[in-house]
Amino acid sequence: MPKKEITYANAIKEAISEEMIRDEDVFMMGEDIGVYRGAFGVSGDLVETFGEDRIIDTPISEQGFVGCAIGAAVAGMRPIVEIMFSDFMTVCWDMIVNQAPKMRYMFGGKVSVPMVLRTASGGGTGAAAQHSQSLEAMLCHVPGLKVIVPSTPRDAKGLLKSAIRDNNPVIFLEQKLLYRTKGMVEEEEFTIPIGEADVKREGQDCTIITYGRMVQMCLAAAESMEKEGIDVEVIDLRTLLPMDTEAIIKSVIKTRHALVVHEAVKTGGIAGEIIARIADSEAFYYLDAPLKRLASEDVPVPFCPVLEKGILPDEAKIIATVKEMLA
Amino acid sequence: MKNENKELGLKLLKDMYLCRKFEEKVQHYFSLGMIHGTTHLSIGEEGAAAGTCEGLEPQDLMYATHRGHSQAICKGIDINLMMAEIFGKATGVCKGKGGSMHIADKDKGVLGANGIVAAALPLACGSAFAAKRRKQNVVTVAFFGDGAANEGAFHEAMNLASAWDLPVLFVCTNNTYAMSTHISKVMKDTDIAKRAIPYGMPAETVDGNDSLAVYECIKSARDYVAKNGPMLIVENTYRISGHSKSDGNLYRTKDEINAWKARNPIDKMRNDLLEAKTCTVEELDAVDKETTELIDKAVKFALDSPYPELDDVYHDVYAL
Repeated sequence: MPKKEITYANAIKEAISEEMIRDEDVFMMGEDIGVYRGAFGVSGDLVETFGEDRIIDTPISEQGFVGCAIGAAVAGMRPIVEIMFSDFMTVCWDMIVNQAPKMRYMFGGKVSVPMVLRTASGGGTGAAAQHSQSLEAMLCHVPGLKVIVPSTPRDAKGLLKSAIRDNNPVIFLEQKLLYRTKGMVEEEEFTIPIGEADVKREGQDCTIITYGRMVQMCLAAAESMEKEGIDVEVIDLRTLLPMDTEAIIKSVIKTRHALVVHEAVKTGGIAGEIIARIADSEAFYYLDAPLKRLASEDVPVPFCPVLEKGILPDEAKIIATVKEMLA
Repeated sequence: MKNENKELGLKLLKDMYLCRKFEEKVQHYFSLGMIHGTTHLSIGEEGAAAGTCEGLEPQDLMYATHRGHSQAICKGIDINLMMAEIFGKATGVCKGKGGSMHIADKDKGVLGANGIVAAALPLACGSAFAAKRRKQNVVTVAFFGDGAANEGAFHEAMNLASAWDLPVLFVCTNNTYAMSTHISKVMKDTDIAKRAIPYGMPAETVDGNDSLAVYECIKSARDYVAKNGPMLIVENTYRISGHSKSDGNLYRTKDEINAWKARNPIDKMRNDLLEAKTCTVEELDAVDKETTELIDKAVKFALDSPYPELDDVYHDVYAL
C-alpha cells in the first residue's frame, strides 16, 4: 500500500477532514480552532474547507461548549470538541465525569453519546504546572469513557477516525511534543481499532509497556541496549481504556520482565494498574524480577527546563532500570 | 387567571393530580423503607411543571432537574415505568439504573433528570444546536432552580445560547430555597429574570402556582424561541415538601409552609374552574378519582415487577 510522510498534527487534521466529508453530522468546536487554526495549529485550513458552521469557535466556556457537544451527541450528531490544553478538562470535569460517560447507563441504554474530546496533553514545553499535565489516569477511572493516547502519526489518524465513528465518549489525548514529528501513513483510507495495543519493537529479554510520547524514548533506549546484547520488546498501549491486557500478559510471559514507563506522575498513575494486571495474571509465575515503573516525580510540573527534564523518565533512566532488572 | 377553557383546565388538573399523588406514594413507600436511596419531591411545584410541559409541542425536548418527577410526568413519561424505576425494578424506565434523580425517556423527549445542579443548561444547548443545524422545529427546555442560577454552567449556557441564537427555553422553577438557603442570602438582586438582560435575551416572570398562566406564558415563549433563539422564564413557586429525606425544615416556619399550602396549584386550579363556572365539582372530583386509580395501578405495577438480575450491572456501560 502506498504511503506518505506526514506530521502527527497533519494526521489528526486528515482524520477530522475525512470524517467530516464522510458524515455530515460530524463537526468540530473549540476555542480558536477556526481562523487561528488551533493553539497548536492542528485544524489548519479546516475552516476554509468546511466553513464556520462546522468548524466552530466557542467562547472560553469549557462547561458550556463541552456540555453543548454532549447534548448534540445525544441528539444524534457526532461532535469533535477540542479543549486547548488537557489541564482545562478540570474546569469542565462535571461534563467529562458526571455527564457524558453516565448518561447511557443511568438512562437504561436509551441514549448514546458519540463525542470525541480532543486535547493537547503532556509537558516538555516550558508551560509549567497548569499547562503540562498528563491526566489520563483520572480519566481511566471513569467507566463509560474511552481513552486514547496515540504515539505516531499513523496511530493518531487511524485511531481518531475510529473514535469519531465510535458511539461512546472518547477522550483523545494528543501529545504536544509529538505534533511536529513525522511518520509514514497510508495514502488510502484506514482505521485502527480502539483497544488494541501495538508491539512497536519485538524482543526477548524485557517488555517495556508504554504509550504516548514515551514510546519514542523507549524505542531509542531499546536501540541503545541492542548494541549491548539486550533485546527489549516495546508495547505501545495506544488505548488506555479499554486496555489490551492480553497483549501485555502475552509479552511478559515471553520476556519474564516488565517495566512500565509513562510521563504522568507515579502515584495513582496508570503504571500501577498495568502492574496489578500483570501481578494477578498467570504472567506473575514467569517473572524473573520485580515489576518496575518509571514515571514523572510526584511533583507539579516545574517551569525551569532543567527541572522539568529532571522529573521525567529519560533514556538513561530506562536503560539503567532494564539493566537492573536483568542483572 | 380566569379559566374558561374546560379541556385545557382539566388536562392541567389531571397532570397536577398525577404528580401530586405520584409523589405522595413515593413519600409513603419511602417512609416504609420500600424505596431506597433518596428522593427530591416537588409537592407544591406541580403548576410549573404542568403549565410548562402543556405549553410545548410534542416534538420538543426537555432536561429535568434533580427535583424532576413532575416535569417528567407532565412531559408524558409512562407513570408505571417511572414508578417501577423509583422502586429500582427491572421494568423501570431506566431499567433500575437511574432511580428518582435520573428519570429519562428519550422517546418522550425527556433527555434526563440530572443530579448535578445546572448541568442541564449546557446539555440543552446541544440538542438545540442539533435542532437548529437540522432546521427542525424543536425547542429544548432546560429546567433549573433558583439555586442553579448561581452556577457557572448557568451563565456559560445562557451566553452560548444567546451568542448562537439556539432554540433553548430556560425555565427556572424558583422555589426561593437552594436546599435550605433562602435566595435572599445568596443573591443581591433576587429578580432572576434580570439575569437574561446581559445575555440579550427576553425574560418573563410568571406565577408558577397558576398553571394556566404558566401555560400561556410558555406557549408564546415557545413560539418566540423556535423563531428567534433563547428566552428565560422564571416560574415563582414553592416547595411544600422538604428538600429530601433528611430535611427537618429548620430553615423555614410552619406558618410559611401553611400559607403556601393554601396557595397550592391544584386547589387554585379547582377554585378557578369552579369560580368561572367552567366545571362542576363532580367533574373535578372525577379527575381526582381517576388519577388516584392510575397511581394505584402504577404502584401495583412497580411492586409486582422483579428486581434486575445482578448481571445487568454490566449492560449499557458502553454503546456498541
